[in-house]
Amino acid sequence: MDFSAINPVLLLASLMVAATPILLAAIGELVVERAGVLNLGVEGMMITGAVCGFIVAVNSGSPWLGFAGAAVGGALLSVLFGLLTQYLLSNQVATGLALTLFGLGLSALMGQGYIGIKAPSFPDWHIPLLGDIPVIGEIVFQHDPMVYVGLLIVTAVWAFLTYSRAGLILRAVGENHDAAHALGYKVRAIRMMAIMFGGACAGLGGAYLSLVRVPQWTEGMTAGAGWIALAIVVFANWKPGRLLLGAYLFGGVTVLQLNLQAAGFAIPVEYLSMSPYLATIVVLVIMSSGRAPGSLGRIFHASR
Amino acid sequence: MTNTLLALNGLTKAYPGVVANDDVSFAIKEGEIHALLGENGAGKSTLVKTIYGLVKPDRGEMTLKGAAFTPADPRAARASGIGMVFQHFSLFDAMTVAENIALGMEAPPPQREIARQVREVSEKYGLPLDPLRIVGDLSAGERQRVEIIRCLLQDPKLLIMDEPTSVLTPQEVEVLFQTLRKLSAEGTAILYISHKLEEIRALCDQATILRLGAVVGECDPKVTSAREMAEMMVGAKLQVPQRSDRAVGRGLLQLDNLSAPAPHQFGTPLREIRLTARIGEITGIGGVAGNGQDELVAALSGEMRVAAGMIKLADQPIGNLPPNARRKLGLSVAPEERNGHAAAGEMSLIENALLTGRVPKSLASRGFLRWGRVKDFAQAIVADFDVRTPSVESAAASLSGGNLQKFVVGREILQEPKVLVVNQPTWGVDAAAAAAIRQALLDLAAKGAAVVVISQDLDELMEISDQFCALNAGQLSAPRPAAGLTVDEIGLMLGGAQSDAVRADA
Repeated sequence: MDFSAINPVLLLASLMVAATPILLAAIGELVVERAGVLNLGVEGMMITGAVCGFIVAVNSGSPWLGFAGAAVGGALLSVLFGLLTQYLLSNQVATGLALTLFGLGLSALMGQGYIGIKAPSFPDWHIPLLGDIPVIGEIVFQHDPMVYVGLLIVTAVWAFLTYSRAGLILRAVGENHDAAHALGYKVRAIRMMAIMFGGACAGLGGAYLSLVRVPQWTEGMTAGAGWIALAIVVFANWKPGRLLLGAYLFGGVTVLQLNLQAAGFAIPVEYLSMSPYLATIVVLVIMSSGRAPGSLGRIFHASR
Repeated sequence: MTNTLLALNGLTKAYPGVVANDDVSFAIKEGEIHALLGENGAGKSTLVKTIYGLVKPDRGEMTLKGAAFTPADPRAARASGIGMVFQHFSLFDAMTVAENIALGMEAPPPQREIARQVREVSEKYGLPLDPLRIVGDLSAGERQRVEIIRCLLQDPKLLIMDEPTSVLTPQEVEVLFQTLRKLSAEGTAILYISHKLEEIRALCDQATILRLGAVVGECDPKVTSAREMAEMMVGAKLQVPQRSDRAVGRGLLQLDNLSAPAPHQFGTPLREIRLTARIGEITGIGGVAGNGQDELVAALSGEMRVAAGMIKLADQPIGNLPPNARRKLGLSVAPEERNGHAAAGEMSLIENALLTGRVPKSLASRGFLRWGRVKDFAQAIVADFDVRTPSVESAAASLSGGNLQKFVVGREILQEPKVLVVNQPTWGVDAAAAAAIRQALLDLAAKGAAVVVISQDLDELMEISDQFCALNAGQLSAPRPAAGLTVDEIGLMLGGAQSDAVRADA
């Protein structure tokens, strides 16, 4: 056992990278759930985004185009969910579960020729000034651009929900869809847009795994990240700030336990592997106090 | 003030199997308070939804100030100066008053400006309201003010009010009426939907009466008696429930300092409720919704457990027993929400009969259901309570509200409980069916049951109860004999203002 092998600066630096896929998927699902829709297909949309992003990036040679393709792929899959639940009024829980299974199968099919290839990586970039700050620069400002895109999306979602009129309407639709309909808001159209945003974000999260974190394509590579994203949304009380905390906590404990494993820490590996899940849930449960959006998961039918 | 504001001409709207509006024509003048009267299912809601742009008519046209008026959606209707206050409030519980109001506006100013306007309008019309409070914490009267102010900020020419007083105390009704009269004097027309005829006589200038989707008459409510209007609505003579003399016996159900914390965030805690319901007696519990009615019903039914001694049935402590054990002992409870709480909508009437009748009517033996007996029981309910349904196999949700209510109340009464607790027994039920339900409650009491009726309809409580008490913020006033209570006294009881004298003589 050698704790000196663990470098605290590197540990904190890799925390942000480890948290980004879950953060991206979770912030999308947060918007979907604030609009009153429960999409349990996050895992399926993530893995579809991972494979779409990988294919586009490999063929075009540009990671940026890869991420765009991932967003489109995730959003397209979510449209399927939206059509089924919003227009054909299918059960959201069952449809979401089916979407995950479908996404896992579809991605395995699409990714057949891409196993074992390496993805093109972001060119080295260096944030001037900020990146040169000792210690802090290394921890916070020396990552790939997608880390900051993720943070930007979280901030934008927070501002959108808190300050904008469109955000107010979206929350109203999620809170009481019958009342929103009676006031003349287009419940289904608003929800479709939220669902597509959620799909695109999940796709970005998946592509971050296949293009940056791993960076390779393997079947089932999301390995439950979508489910963690779903759980974080609930335990964060549907608030973007807490969601960020939850995702970083999860990322942090994940990185820590990997480091502990590598250092040969004297507890069974299985306990270490469960620790991120346990720590995230315990902390967020202790903090939780809010309530779910009033219409979450309920089927909206205009004539009732 | 005599110009026609809105004219309806031959409006017809049919849904599969039912004509909701059949060639409806009438006109509303500027500044007029116009009543729209009718039973449930007479087509009032469809008609106002048409005016508000939520429903498109199959035939017929509307003119607003002489120009053709065909609102595509509620926004268009609002832009033309039509405002609507809904019967079931269209509010968002988790949001603030100001946010709720912003949602009802086309181009809302910033929140701070809305807050200022709300304060201004609420002062002008005597509707006190704090714009920064969360709507879920407001009383029913305050929630209605949110809706009214939301409409008033749009400066409407026509304000539609759908059953606005069903959730208000008499004092709150008086405040509302003053506001409406003031609006009317300023030239705003009001379309007022209600089935409370005395209110319409006190408030409205003109009344249009609908029956089965068609206009069956117009009258001046100031000179037409309530009874005449009721008979126009029903199309038949009205049966008034008959009280028979009955002996009041010993106490059967006793609540002894019944207290319970609020079961959820927007709930009401119960505080030291004391009450005795006696054999042959009907106890009426009045109060505005959200003052602990649901919690009291839950405590009585056993959905919410309390300390054993807080509820006693024939001196036996039952506060900690689950619902079925209480039913076995003879305590039946019919909750308010008929679809989803008192009855399972997707299940047939037979299955619904089984749900509460299993133990008292021995509809099961050794874990197996006796479907023959269940069916007989369901058919008995349908026959005795005049439930209009194609068959007992029909799903509960396919029945109209009034018919399902008759079924739900009838199901409990036919089990011959020793104590029956009903919450809002005639809510949303038309006059004829309501009279039948009230009669059945009176008959049950005459047979020696103790009956507790929780209702927001004070006329109903005065008609059938022997003792009356009011529920306010989870506290129950001391019971008083119902005979001889004046509206003012009841209003004070509902408002929670009781003199010590009242407490002392209880």
